[in-house]
Amino acid sequence: MKLLPMLLAGATLAFSAITAQAEVRFGIMNESYPPFFAKDASGQWQGWEIDLMNAVCGEMKEQCSIVELSWDGLIPALQSKKFDVIWSSMSNTPERSKVIDFTDKYYNTPSTLIGSKDEKVGASAEDVKGKTIGIQVSTIQSDYFKKYFAGVADEKTYQTLDEAFQDLAAGRIDYVFGDSLALDAFLKSDSGKDCCAKAGDVADDKEILGAGVSGGLRQEDTELKAKLNAAIAAVRASGKYDEITKTYFDFDIYGAK
Amino acid sequence: MTFTWMASYWPLLLAGAAQTVLLLVISVVFGFAIAIGLAFAQVSGGPLVRYFARGYCTFFRGTPLLIQLWLLYYGVGSLLPMIPGIRQSLFWPMLREGFFFAAVSFTLNYAAYEAEVLRGALLAVPKGELEAGRAFGMSRFTLTRRIWLPRAIRIALPTIGGEIVMQLKATPLAFTVTVMDLYAVASKVRQDTLLVYEPLIVVTVFYLILTATIARVFRQLEAEVPVRR
Amino acid sequence: MAATQGILELLSPYPPGWGGTLLAGAVSTIAISAGAFLIGLLLGTGGALGKLSGNRPLRLVLDLYTTAIRAIPELILIVGLYYAGMDGLNRLLATFRLPEIEVNGFVVAVAVLGFVQGAYMTEVLRGAILAIPAGEIEAAKAFGMGPQLRFRRVILPALLPNALPGLANLWMSITKDSALVAVVGYQELALATRLAGASTKHYFIFFLAAALLYLAITLVSNVVFSLIERHVRRGQPKPV
Repeated sequence: MKLLPMLLAGATLAFSAITAQAEVRFGIMNESYPPFFAKDASGQWQGWEIDLMNAVCGEMKEQCSIVELSWDGLIPALQSKKFDVIWSSMSNTPERSKVIDFTDKYYNTPSTLIGSKDEKVGASAEDVKGKTIGIQVSTIQSDYFKKYFAGVADEKTYQTLDEAFQDLAAGRIDYVFGDSLALDAFLKSDSGKDCCAKAGDVADDKEILGAGVSGGLRQEDTELKAKLNAAIAAVRASGKYDEITKTYFDFDIYGAK
Repeated sequence: MTFTWMASYWPLLLAGAAQTVLLLVISVVFGFAIAIGLAFAQVSGGPLVRYFARGYCTFFRGTPLLIQLWLLYYGVGSLLPMIPGIRQSLFWPMLREGFFFAAVSFTLNYAAYEAEVLRGALLAVPKGELEAGRAFGMSRFTLTRRIWLPRAIRIALPTIGGEIVMQLKATPLAFTVTVMDLYAVASKVRQDTLLVYEPLIVVTVFYLILTATIARVFRQLEAEVPVRR
Repeated sequence: MAATQGILELLSPYPPGWGGTLLAGAVSTIAISAGAFLIGLLLGTGGALGKLSGNRPLRLVLDLYTTAIRAIPELILIVGLYYAGMDGLNRLLATFRLPEIEVNGFVVAVAVLGFVQGAYMTEVLRGAILAIPAGEIEAAKAFGMGPQLRFRRVILPALLPNALPGLANLWMSITKDSALVAVVGYQELALATRLAGASTKHYFIFFLAAALLYLAITLVSNVVFSLIERHVRRGQPKPV
């Protein structure tokens, strides 16, 4: 007899995890990616991208919540409706656009290489010849590597960019290839200052490096896309975008059109 | 379900399978050797040796392999820059690669589990056989070499086969430390093609084939050395 | 002194120390392990009874379930089921024109780990039921007890002492396998440790702390299980 109430309690617990329909869920990679997003010691999300997300939600007048996932699980989880928008510094590339849709961009920065401070480093195919480059899995940089550096240098893939930084500091790899601002944040940190220096931006390739970072959406969510685009435009127009950016950077990261 | 990508990725899949098998073989062979030492330490060693062996087994069986692997690779890795001159030493090519750390971590972990199995098996060898050996005047070492250890291994053979299969199932964790094993290849295919399930299914088939092979090999081994009932 | 001071600060349970995040991760680990253990028990009991029932198609399905789960690496199972489970469930509901449900990460992690454990539990419980002396079950049948009464009064109490060592082992393996959900981004102890290490760059300290936390969980579980075993085996003659 005690089984029935227990089953009911269990079902209620499971279904109480259903959130209200009006909420928009943002999927973010559950790793440290300063300055865009990182968890502090008390478990709160901080960062430029988090501030932008809150501003956009304010414009849309929606309740927003964060769902955390691993980086290479973001697209599959979006498709199986675990959340509604990927808001994890994901770039809009033609390859990804085949399976998901994107909002308008909200920032665009070049991709850079960083290397050891003590050695001669550079960002062209010549400079990386015979070296080992650390790249995060499933990123535009890893596609760029396939096209430009594949025959010339070795690649080591990491689940998170931070693990690549660790190995660069330990000297296991010669370069790390990633987004310029994320790499800059590392170079400004204690361990980054000691070991490493910027090698340079790589030559741009719009098809591989994409048209900028945007929110990822399911292809059928056209209404949400319109709402998000309107909100992003409103945040840009009202000056809130620049206000948020000033707290983290001293230059505009929106990028040229 | 599309499997057309296999046409271009099969060399990478085979390379990944080779890495997986290599990791398995290294960790099983070296782990078994260490396990023999640990098992004997617990069965016939002095108190100090026994405590060390027990502590080792408790630590490695009581913590997840993932943590042990990360502790070794990233933890020790973060200490490496503090050692002067390490990059010029001849160990550096090994210390650079995740494979070395994965192999060491898997070996140490496997040794702990295998030591438990061997300890039980050593205690399960019929005392009469050991007494007969001693009655023949065999030294302790000869007794161990000719009777105790082989009999224990034969008793433990089915369990050892099971442990090897469990070790095979643990090898995918190596992908978290940059080793290009079979699962890492599946991950790469998923990233390149944005397919979610197909690479996992293909890689699963590989693992099932490897498991079946190991099971078959052990059945053969058990048949080779029949146990007199 | 400065070094130990630094370490204590890092591990402090209060921000900006990361000890609190680690402890929350440990609680999370225990929570999903416990949930998975319960679901595994339910599935395992059903599976064991199904396998012993003599119903051939049911036995075939259950054999497939246990063999497949025990042969495929846990990492692949967890990654595959984490995405497939949600997707499949929603598609199933869509075919019945029911509204799609959204369940949070905790429920999915518990469900996936529980599903995997169910296969192992089936084997342990099946062995434990087979070890019950047939005479006890026959006597129960002779008394005219129905299957449910028989299960509640005879089978369940008798299988517990037999199953307990196997269940204790499975609990140990769940608490360690729970670390694998870090790969899908669910925050339990392993992922919390990685976040702490990533933020502070003191990887070695945090991974060591995590290892000690897992060890603590294991040792406490050992004590709890031996107490349960003593209680369950009360009244039974001690093996000489």
